[in-house]
Amino acid sequence: MLTFINWISVWAIPVIIAFVPLYAFTKKVPVYESFVDGAKDGFSTAISIIPHLVGMMVAISVFRASGALDFVIQFFTPLVSWMGVPGEVLPLGILRPLTGTGSLAFTTDLIKTYGPDSMIGRMASTIQGSTDTTLYVLTVYFGAVGIRNGRYALKVGLFSDVVGFIAALAICLIVFG
Amino acid sequence: MINLIWLMMILIGFVFAAVNGKIEVVTQAAFDGAATGVTVCFGLISVLVFWMGMMKMAEDAGLLGRIAKLLGPVVGFLFPDVPKNHPAMGYILSNMSANLLGLGNAATPMGIKAMQQLQELNPDKQTASPAMCTLLALNTASITIIPTTLIAIRLNYHSANATEIVGTTLMATIIATLAAIMADRWYRNRTLRRSPRISKSGNPGMKG
Repeated sequence: MLTFINWISVWAIPVIIAFVPLYAFTKKVPVYESFVDGAKDGFSTAISIIPHLVGMMVAISVFRASGALDFVIQFFTPLVSWMGVPGEVLPLGILRPLTGTGSLAFTTDLIKTYGPDSMIGRMASTIQGSTDTTLYVLTVYFGAVGIRNGRYALKVGLFSDVVGFIAALAICLIVFG
Repeated sequence: MINLIWLMMILIGFVFAAVNGKIEVVTQAAFDGAATGVTVCFGLISVLVFWMGMMKMAEDAGLLGRIAKLLGPVVGFLFPDVPKNHPAMGYILSNMSANLLGLGNAATPMGIKAMQQLQELNPDKQTASPAMCTLLALNTASITIIPTTLIAIRLNYHSANATEIVGTTLMATIIATLAAIMADRWYRNRTLRRSPRISKSGNPGMKG
């Protein structure tokens, strides 16, 4: 199983890199010119994301550094402990939608401290792997096309984060409990 | 909603720093955050330039159109407003496939390309169309078959069975994705009921 997974992740991108130009060539596309033509949009797209991402990162950074995030985490931790869920994993539920690097660092730390095969390690792995950083995805995707009003997208993203978090805890309790 | 969350994070941070007597932290954190934002975007440049070049070739060769035709019916019901053979469908599908395979740095450029294509179909350029919201919902829930990063971390800390979390992760991600799709549908229908014309629906009550 593991070798198969490694095999896919090692081969997928090289195969795409070789296959797409070859396929395009057989369809008589001027491959190099076509590549350059598409690639030139990449720079401006990345630059157009900067204001959105800087704005979001400043707010998250201030919120974290001031100790406000730690307070929120300490406030919520006792609330779940009674359900048989270790309180140690709760901060992940709050960190995960806000910061990808922050929650990955926290997960790594939990795995290091409690071991990858402990209930805490398994729960942290499942939570971290099962969803993406909602605020980052929203900022980058909408920022790239200049959308100001995201309508209900944030609510949907956060709702699915909560459902995914609870599902990850419940599934781990059932499977590994 | 995003305006409120943004403002609250800054204000609450300010108050906490002031109460804890370390107000200077706010200045440092603000500029650190700004630097992180720029660094992340600079990191995206190479990835975006490369994948957008690859995707342009795939589009010119008609590969995206073929993928859309092949797999379009499977996910078409999620995007009823997108014409069947529109290039947006091809980009949406490549974004979903890259997510499924856990190819994070390919998924983002493809998703952004899909957003740009959807923006061309969007009557109001500042307000997200329902199709854009659906694409975003799919990406925030991010259906991943193989969480490669986590398997690597678990191996690093000598897990006896590093892949035992593949099953639990898959179940959790499927539930999160279904929740996202259902919530997206619910909000979409509510929005359409309130204002039948999509272009008129940018009223303040809908901001989120």
